[in-house]
Amino acid sequence: MAAAAPIDLGPAPATARAGIVVPGLIFGVLAGLPIAALVVPENYLLDLGTRIMIFAIAAVALDLVVGYGALVSFGHAAFIGLGAYAVGMLAAHGIGEVLVALPAALAASVLFALATGAVSLRTKGVYFIMITLAFGQMAFFTASSLAPYGGDDGLTIAARNTLVGIPIFKYPRGLYYVVLAALAGTFFLCRAIVASRFGRVLRGAKENATRMATLGFEVYRFQLVAYAISGGLCGLAGFLLANANDFVSPAYMSWQRSGELIIMVLLGGIGTLYGAIIGAASYLLIEEFLSRVTEYWQVIFGPFLVLVVVFGRGGLVGLFAWPWRRRHG
Amino acid sequence: MSSLVFVQILNGLQLGVLLFLIAAGLTLVFGVMDFINLAHGVQYMLGAYLAVAFYGLTGSFLVALVLALAATLAFALALEVLVFRRLYGRDHLDHVMATFGIILFLNHGVKLAWGAAPLSLPIPDLLSGSVSLMGGLRYPVWRLVIIGAGLAVAAGLYVLVGHTRIGMLVRAGATNARLVSALGVDISRLFMLVFGFGAMLAGFAGIMIAPILSVEPGMGDTILILAFVVIVIGGIGSIRGAFLAALMIGLVDTLGRSFAVDVLRLFMGPSPARTVGPALASMLIYVLMAIVLYLRPAGLFPAKGR
Repeated sequence: MAAAAPIDLGPAPATARAGIVVPGLIFGVLAGLPIAALVVPENYLLDLGTRIMIFAIAAVALDLVVGYGALVSFGHAAFIGLGAYAVGMLAAHGIGEVLVALPAALAASVLFALATGAVSLRTKGVYFIMITLAFGQMAFFTASSLAPYGGDDGLTIAARNTLVGIPIFKYPRGLYYVVLAALAGTFFLCRAIVASRFGRVLRGAKENATRMATLGFEVYRFQLVAYAISGGLCGLAGFLLANANDFVSPAYMSWQRSGELIIMVLLGGIGTLYGAIIGAASYLLIEEFLSRVTEYWQVIFGPFLVLVVVFGRGGLVGLFAWPWRRRHG
Repeated sequence: MSSLVFVQILNGLQLGVLLFLIAAGLTLVFGVMDFINLAHGVQYMLGAYLAVAFYGLTGSFLVALVLALAATLAFALALEVLVFRRLYGRDHLDHVMATFGIILFLNHGVKLAWGAAPLSLPIPDLLSGSVSLMGGLRYPVWRLVIIGAGLAVAAGLYVLVGHTRIGMLVRAGATNARLVSALGVDISRLFMLVFGFGAMLAGFAGIMIAPILSVEPGMGDTILILAFVVIVIGGIGSIRGAFLAALMIGLVDTLGRSFAVDVLRLFMGPSPARTVGPALASMLIYVLMAIVLYLRPAGLFPAKGR
């Protein structure tokens, strides 16, 4: 048996404050961005903001299982792809109704998560990372072989989804606010889950699965449900991504995409949920600005990631919170 | 038909030994240091690029081979000392992020250094011909050389790991690194040795395959994923498991790609078979891995005794 872990007295005061202040700041900035876009007379800002928030939804969903369940999924891009393909395939048959496409996207990703999670959760640690990777690759190759839906080349979506005939995704501003609402919904849902009894079991299993099992919890079931919720939320991100890009492609499901999602979560700071939003924003903003400096922006970004890992434990949030912790802790 | 099958079996073996060369280092680094090295695939790419570069300078394949191996080893050791050494014992996620960063850097760094266009390395004249197999089919000598070299490395590793003092330490390290350290073995030197040697094997694989495949950025990514499948099926830390799993994956993947459509045509019409076949063939090894992990969650030959 492992030695008794110190009793968790709840988050330290500084962290608790950060848990209110930081998300407040994030959502304040995001809600105000379209006003700034009035001054900058182009949709560039809104497009970038929309893309950031879509990946932030997926990153928050991933943080739910990685940060609170220690379930490192290396195949989460598959869920985004499934959600996106649900939109694309329905659109190819002329169905563009949100009330059909959204449930389809959620159902596809949740069912895939339940099926693959049921197998993957039998394994632990590195094996779990690898088996989720394998399932991600299976989804990737399936999408690549869907000849009627574009195969490798992907599928262009003729018209964005409408909600009972209302074109809610047609204008950049409308799309932006829908995505913002989805991100806020995702964030507060995950936060509620983490704080609930369910979330405590999940976190308990992260610390010590044997102890939770001894206490009478069927850890496997809790983890499977968390995995399915996470997969479903990534399906939501995929649904939005397909509508924002007017395009779906197998590349959405590539293992590099899954890796990027993990990087986003780590970059922002794992196990905070808002860190995932910061991470997604940092990743895409750094990409955006470095790619203007040089075509080979990854040559700068790669070593930056290494430096963050070596020196900034806890990602960017940890890096910035450090002086704060010193003063208040 | 039967000679065609035979050729595909040889191709499968060739892919298998190539995978073994990469997986051997990966499984040891994983098993001994508990370190997830996503950057192992770029070592393979780097080996191929360096061989092309040294061949351009010297005009001799053999000299290029030796210099490229030395350079790969030196690069790996530098990487170990500068970065990886600080990350042993950290969370797996830290490993993923740092090595992902190194992948990004190298995949795009080679574009800066050598351009984005694919390069090629000529086969040495002596070995560039083909031999005739039964049924009048001809088979390239170089592929046989790859198979031979891979099997020779496997045999060498078998002796090295199974019957030498250093191999004993490596095996002990894969089972329980802390205990080995507590017994007075300089574990950090052992780690460095294993890491450098493993990276050099991956570089060797890249050099040997360079005359057949095009040398291009990102060539290590696909093979890395395959190598992970191999070591997970074989059981992390087990050289024997890696060898058997590598041959299995090589054969299953090659034969699947060659014959999936033909086999499916026995059950369905030619048109759906042509659609489903390639998809099924690409997925086959992942399905295999999922089944193995479902039945044996720690792979076929788990090294950690527990």
